[in-house]
Amino acid sequence: MAEQPLMGYRRADGRVGVRNHVVILPVDDLSNAVCQAVAATIPGVMALPHHYGRLQYGADLDLTFRTLIGNGANPNVAAAVVVGIEPNWADRIAEGIAQTGKPVASFAIERHGDLATLAAAARTAQQFMQDASEMPRVPIARNELMISIKCGESDTTTGLGSCPTVSQAVDRQVLDGGTVLFGETSELTGGEHLIAQRCINDTVRAKFQDFYDKYIDEIERSGANLLGSQPTQGNIRGGLSTIEEKALGNIAKTGTVPVVDALDLAVAPTQRGLNFMDSSSAAAEFITLMGAAGAVIHLFPTGQGNIIGNPIVPVIKITANPLTANTMREHIDVDVSGLLWREYNLREAGDRLMATIDRTANGRLTCAEALGHREFVLTKLYRSA
Amino acid sequence: MASSHADPTDAFQAPETAPSFLVHNEGDHVAVAVQNVAPGQRTAVYMDSDRVVTIDVTEAIPLGHKVALIALPEGTDITEYGVRVGITRQAVQTGQLIHTHNMRSARWQNSL
Repeated sequence: MAEQPLMGYRRADGRVGVRNHVVILPVDDLSNAVCQAVAATIPGVMALPHHYGRLQYGADLDLTFRTLIGNGANPNVAAAVVVGIEPNWADRIAEGIAQTGKPVASFAIERHGDLATLAAAARTAQQFMQDASEMPRVPIARNELMISIKCGESDTTTGLGSCPTVSQAVDRQVLDGGTVLFGETSELTGGEHLIAQRCINDTVRAKFQDFYDKYIDEIERSGANLLGSQPTQGNIRGGLSTIEEKALGNIAKTGTVPVVDALDLAVAPTQRGLNFMDSSSAAAEFITLMGAAGAVIHLFPTGQGNIIGNPIVPVIKITANPLTANTMREHIDVDVSGLLWREYNLREAGDRLMATIDRTANGRLTCAEALGHREFVLTKLYRSA
Repeated sequence: MASSHADPTDAFQAPETAPSFLVHNEGDHVAVAVQNVAPGQRTAVYMDSDRVVTIDVTEAIPLGHKVALIALPEGTDITEYGVRVGITRQAVQTGQLIHTHNMRSARWQNSL
């Protein structure tokens, strides 16, 4: 396979990104309007509106802080403007992002109003945007790219083709010294023992099992019938019949390498290799958590055609479903439906995916980026006070 | 409610050389259709061994849906990927479609 030189952005903290976004990050739902106004005023600046940030407490609040700080600190972000209704939490998030050494500023709306805040934040955003435009791409190594993986609207073609293709990329990236993140705790059900067996030692295994048991206990205590939710109606339409069948297709994308750590939500990995993160399988929540952990490229196998994107992390869609590849062409970056018909082998499919990863790293927009998919969704652990 | 969710009929065309089904592992109870399969004698390929078998398919199996490779009594574990993926809700005959109507999770005890 012809290797092309990889060019990315090396940040002050040493981490490597593949995009150079200037983001306007609201602390809370109330601040979305100003953030979107700044983005409308300074072209190229990107607002990250979301629905929470008020009256959260305890572990749920901690998770919101980790998620907002982590995404602002993500290596795909050149600089961040934080806007909150009041200054205390806005400063807390800005200070968290500033730890990376990247430019960050914080604004509060109270005692100024939307319009004065817009003027001040837009002035800073303009400066950040002009400064970011001068940051050069520099040579990087592929193993410096933190990659996350999660499939969505899966069907049986996912387990047959698109997930094994991603598995090729996972093994290659990890054997090359890179870091890959996976999760989807409840969606391992039926194959969770396979992941437990792959944990690198008893400590990691115990952490993984604890995350798994607690998540499943929470689901089972609800007493709900999950058929139609997990597996989803789309999964069922595509031929998946049970959570176990879905889980085994899901696990087929995790490669064969050991699981080196089991992480709490939105926590950045410290070990190179394949890391598990406790997480929901809902795509937008998941990729937002991955962005917080520092992932700079996401690999997304889909069967029936989940169209998810993320504002910060380019999402590469891979499908082996010929119906999806042909009817939703504008959403699919890598079509490996020929695997189903034995037209080429898995190694060749893996080569194609690696080539797409390289092109994406070098700046080529993914389908989701070109279509403007910027789903940014915070995971909520429980209701606010 | 008026509703139109039919697949486009010309959405894809499998090559002549394509099998009708793939099977993940030797010993699995089900094969997955890799094109829309009509009843009749159809080929399946095992992905782990490359072994090719012929299945007498008794009902239409849409792309991505599963066919039973052996007869399974009610309440039997169903194996795919070499692992239990569910339990039969009722007896299933060789060549029949296996999906949520005759298969359920062995793990989500509320999803019966």
